Amino acid sequence: MNRRTFIHSTSALLGSLAAAVSTSSFAAWRQGMALPDLSAFGLEGTLPKLKGKVVYLDFWASWCAPCKASFPVLNGWQQQLAGKGFTVLAVSVDETAQAMQGFLKKNSVSFPVVRDAEHKLVAAADVSTMPSSFLIDRKGGVRLAHTGFHAKDAAPLEAQIKSLLAES
Amino acid sequence: MKTIRLLLCLAAASPLMSCTHVKPWERGHLADYTMRPARDPLTDSISEHVWFTREAFAGGRGVGGGGCGCN
Repeated sequence: MNRRTFIHSTSALLGSLAAAVSTSSFAAWRQGMALPDLSAFGLEGTLPKLKGKVVYLDFWASWCAPCKASFPVLNGWQQQLAGKGFTVLAVSVDETAQAMQGFLKKNSVSFPVVRDAEHKLVAAADVSTMPSSFLIDRKGGVRLAHTGFHAKDAAPLEAQIKSLLAES
Repeated sequence: MKTIRLLLCLAAASPLMSCTHVKPWERGHLADYTMRPARDPLTDSISEHVWFTREAFAGGRGVGGGGCGCN
């Protein structure tokens, strides 16, 4: 190995290390792209009809405290806006159905919940934190990607949902 | 000399082979109650008090929440 090869291989090594460290974009699903067909991801549970609806797609897990905090807010939106063509779709990433059911027993909700048992959908979305949510318009396009959940996020998200509902 | 350099390169690269990113949706085990370094809130607050008394400062024991990295 001559000096040039040594330098090249060392820089390639450092480059791959840097690439491994800097893979922290927020999510693979971005504003403007179409929501993929959810029936192709082997989700457990019954998928609701989403066509023509504004959808708040929420990735959550029973072990995630902010997800727990978000559920009453999401449930409130569902009860208030379901009649206007809105639905929350909660996608659990729990490893066992038992963990999910245990959580739902304590935190009962009126919106549909499915489980991404094989983590195919969440891997496709490639979210950077739990919970992560996506707001889908009536035409099936991703309009907003949101990360985490704080109480202060509720009002701006609700305003966004209502403005999407107002679109034809 | 060549062999030594090659071996050095391989040795330097070897830790990378064992590196893996735990995805945010795979952190269920990390967020488990049993993964907390201290599981007794009372003991925690007592040692925190002793620490504060001796060192005149408190905190710096990591971020809030479990190991799930949420929010």
